[in-house]
Amino acid sequence: MMPITLYIPGDAAVSSVGAAAVLAAVLTEAERLDLSLTVVRNGSRGLYWLEPLVEIDVDGVRVAYGPVTPADVPGLFAAGWLRGGAHPLRLGPTAEIPYLQGQTRLVFERVGVTDPLALADYRSHGGLAGLKKALTLPAEAIIAEVEASGLRGRGGAGFPTGIKWRTVHAAGAGQKYIVCNADEGDSGTFSDRMLMEGDPYCLIEGMIIAGLAVGADTGYIYLRSEYPDAWAVLDRAVAAARHEGLLGADILGSGRRFELHLFKGAGAYVCGEETSLLESIEGKRGLVRAKPPLPALQGLFGRPTVVNNVVTLASVPWILAHGGDAYASHGVGRSKGTLPFQLAGNLKHPGLVEVPFGITLRELLYGYGGGSASGRPLRAVQVGGPLGAYVPVERFDLPLDYEAFAAAGASVGHGGIVAFDDTVDMARMARYAMHFCAEESCGKCTPCRIGSQRGVELLDGMLAQRAERGNTAALLRDLCQTMLEGSLCALGGMTPYPVLSALDHYPEDFGLVSEYEERTE
Amino acid sequence: MSPENSHTPAQAALLPALHAMQDRHGYIPTQAIAQLAKDHNVSRAEVLGVIGFYHDFRLEPPGRTRLRICRAESCQAVGGERLAEHAVERLGLDWGATSTDGRYTLEAAYCLGNCACSPAITLDGTLYGRVDPERLDALLAEKDET
Ligand SMILES: Cc1cc2nc3c(=O)[nH]c(=O)nc-3n(C[C@H](O)[C@H](O)[C@H](O)COP(=O)(O)O)c2cc1C
Ligand code: SF4
Ligand code: FES
Repeated sequence: MMPITLYIPGDAAVSSVGAAAVLAAVLTEAERLDLSLTVVRNGSRGLYWLEPLVEIDVDGVRVAYGPVTPADVPGLFAAGWLRGGAHPLRLGPTAEIPYLQGQTRLVFERVGVTDPLALADYRSHGGLAGLKKALTLPAEAIIAEVEASGLRGRGGAGFPTGIKWRTVHAAGAGQKYIVCNADEGDSGTFSDRMLMEGDPYCLIEGMIIAGLAVGADTGYIYLRSEYPDAWAVLDRAVAAARHEGLLGADILGSGRRFELHLFKGAGAYVCGEETSLLESIEGKRGLVRAKPPLPALQGLFGRPTVVNNVVTLASVPWILAHGGDAYASHGVGRSKGTLPFQLAGNLKHPGLVEVPFGITLRELLYGYGGGSASGRPLRAVQVGGPLGAYVPVERFDLPLDYEAFAAAGASVGHGGIVAFDDTVDMARMARYAMHFCAEESCGKCTPCRIGSQRGVELLDGMLAQRAERGNTAALLRDLCQTMLEGSLCALGGMTPYPVLSALDHYPEDFGLVSEYEERTE
Repeated sequence: MSPENSHTPAQAALLPALHAMQDRHGYIPTQAIAQLAKDHNVSRAEVLGVIGFYHDFRLEPPGRTRLRICRAESCQAVGGERLAEHAVERLGLDWGATSTDGRYTLEAAYCLGNCACSPAITLDGTLYGRVDPERLDALLAEKDET
């Protein structure tokens, strides 16, 4: 009898909720029943409330069970799960789970599906098609394809990737670098981690294509130290890619060269800012550099450098394989393609949702997210990480697109969406934002370094005593204005977003009367 | 000479060297600073500046058990602060502190990338999700046994 194949994710988040114990229980039970099994440690499908989610290959159809605990395992065998048998944890064929069925997985097409480190798996699921295409094209044509896709930077700022590459391409001959920003410091985000753990070759392929496009033969992945599992996967993937001739002096026999190095961060949020990141690779404190010069012209070690986010680079193989127009046919306005949104916080169904731009917050929060986990009404969501604005319930019909969010004084950022129920104290969240900025400021400019500390003090005052709150709020607004206008980078420059949005939409939490109440009194 | 050589100074290996040293000893011993400075062609003050800048590096040995609790937004949204307060009380430690008997170090983290399984912690570097005070107590008790 052919051994049956089981999929038990090796993803760090799934490990954090007991995947190893489930695996051990499965192996024990299989041995007891004298069954031979093949276990694949895939990435996560991103349906985290159902993790550990175990899949069984039943005659070529993957059937899901979850969330599985070790105690469930004997019962699952008894119920005949290896043949797709009925059980309360049975979720049906994985591909038909509505949460997945509704998604448009382009960048995440293989994550959770394949064995992350098996290059053969990667190839048979569409991997390397983009690189093979790129190797037949002149650099100009690769850049033109990326421009046609409308791809914008997924790290937060949304800068058009094609334009960045064109600048580096045009920066003359000599040493150039591709730097992947895998610092993923934004709270509420985990798409970079999932991609690196679940489909590392996709990122590597994207970086090689970027190298071909701009004329760079060396790449660095700057990975945050909080991601040891991603490090281990990437380390093995880079070694395998080298061994298979994907990296090195002769990419797939083309005579072209690309080398890739991993670099570990050291727990500084600001090192996600691209120039601070470059300083860090150079062995220095991560002080943000003034721009100009742009990193595209004088980046790593003073050389022209592409700095792109993980998801940006991982989108490139798909774009080259299917064409820029195919990618641009998804999305709305100037927000083309898909974004892997990350649903987090107080939601019943947290996870990864890759869909085209234009979906509303409401659809994400209630359609996918299933509403609050606590059963209480949602009250606020923070979109775009710790520097993102809080969006109140009245604005849940806002479509997720860069321009619509900017017009509403908010940002899409890296696509993290953190939901809070009605027990949240927004004055405390505002204080937290200032505190975070004070902790993580690189210290280069006064509005950020001193302003954030002053902000914490002001908010502590407001939280402690109700009397003077009106005046303090005015001071806080002034301070935010100074930070907005006088900061060198977005840490100081955007911390006012969560603070001011909290103040604007939830004045009652600060002991202030809303303007509406004032008018009607 | 290729630009790579002239543009890749010895200093670029400083962070990897600090990581390696900390992996080995658990911290950066003060006696090592002079050698690090020499190896990477920078002043001692600069090495200390780098160590001070990054949250990861420490100049003192950590406790035998290192507990990091995520205090960022997603974890806060589902009871992370209750968990944080519980840890402070149970260990009798402030954030960043090591107990006098060298048993525990308690640290705050700002997102561990485990936000879909919040609240998240790491215990001696191992990531755990959906942690409430009871689960934390159980995990700490397991550590005490070993
Ligand atoms: C304080 C701060 C932190 C940042 N953190 C990250 C990060 O963790 N990951 C990331 O890709 N971009 C981050 N960015 C944005 C980068 O500076 C830069 O815009 C991005 O890496 C460019 O890549 P992209 O065009 O592909 O988005 C951060 C910016 C700031 C100001
Ligand atoms: S805004 Fe803050 S983090 Fe950014 S450069 Fe200025 S001090 Fe550094
Ligand atoms: S906010 Fe706690 S793990 Fe991300």
